[in-house]
Amino acid sequence: MASKRCAAVDETICVACGACEKACPLGAIKVYKGCFAKVAKDRCVGCGKCEKVCPANSIQMESRVNV
Amino acid sequence: MKAKKKHWYDYLWIWSIVYFSLGFFNILFAWLGMIDFLLPIMLAAFGGNKFFCNYLCGRGQLYCKLGRDLKCSRNRPTPKWMASKWFRYGFLIFFFAMFGNMVFQTILVANGAGNLREAIKLFWTFRIPWGWTYSGSVFPDWVAQFSFGFYSLMLTSLLIGLIVMIFFKPRTWCTFCPMGTMTQAICKLRNKARKQIEE
Repeated sequence: MASKRCAAVDETICVACGACEKACPLGAIKVYKGCFAKVAKDRCVGCGKCEKVCPANSIQMESRVNV
Repeated sequence: MKAKKKHWYDYLWIWSIVYFSLGFFNILFAWLGMIDFLLPIMLAAFGGNKFFCNYLCGRGQLYCKLGRDLKCSRNRPTPKWMASKWFRYGFLIFFFAMFGNMVFQTILVANGAGNLREAIKLFWTFRIPWGWTYSGSVFPDWVAQFSFGFYSLMLTSLLIGLIVMIFFKPRTWCTFCPMGTMTQAICKLRNKARKQIEE
């Protein structure tokens, strides 16, 4: 069953440091071509670990309806 | 859930400690820091990625170790202005102006117009005698002058990173790290150019 929440990245703020990539236990978030992080929504379980480590506050957990 | 497999590059935080320790014994080791300058630029320019920031940055790993594992960070949200574009690019310009000034000092020493200053400058302001780390070498004086200047930059940025690590999130330094800002800009430009070619 898909979780209710999913990570969403604000690409304009993301600094592409890769902290989220390391924190994600499922490898659901990756830095895309050195520009910003991208979430694989089908893999994300909405645990919020990436949101916690993001130094630029560019990741928010959103309801799947809005993502 | 499976634990993530560890790679050799997950231990590069040790390299960071070794690098800064070596600067206390022989300042010429400061030149090794050029790897941290050139490698990210090369990877961004030729590979179009931030592999260095994402996997190879010993400093970022060190902040993670201290902030997250050793709980030295208050883990508060980073202030918005610190991750804003004007601050990031402003800091990048300032950092490279200081780098240029350091290169200028090196050129002065190389041309005999200036004397070797056996000291490091912290936060671009406070001069600290560092003479015990240099007692002459087979290299000309400008090599040592560059080492003192470069080590000053590296140590200053480490300290700034540690301060923001304590107050905010462990990798807050990454939001305005000049190398990170520059490599991201290179990657964005590269992808933009590639997209335009494809269109």
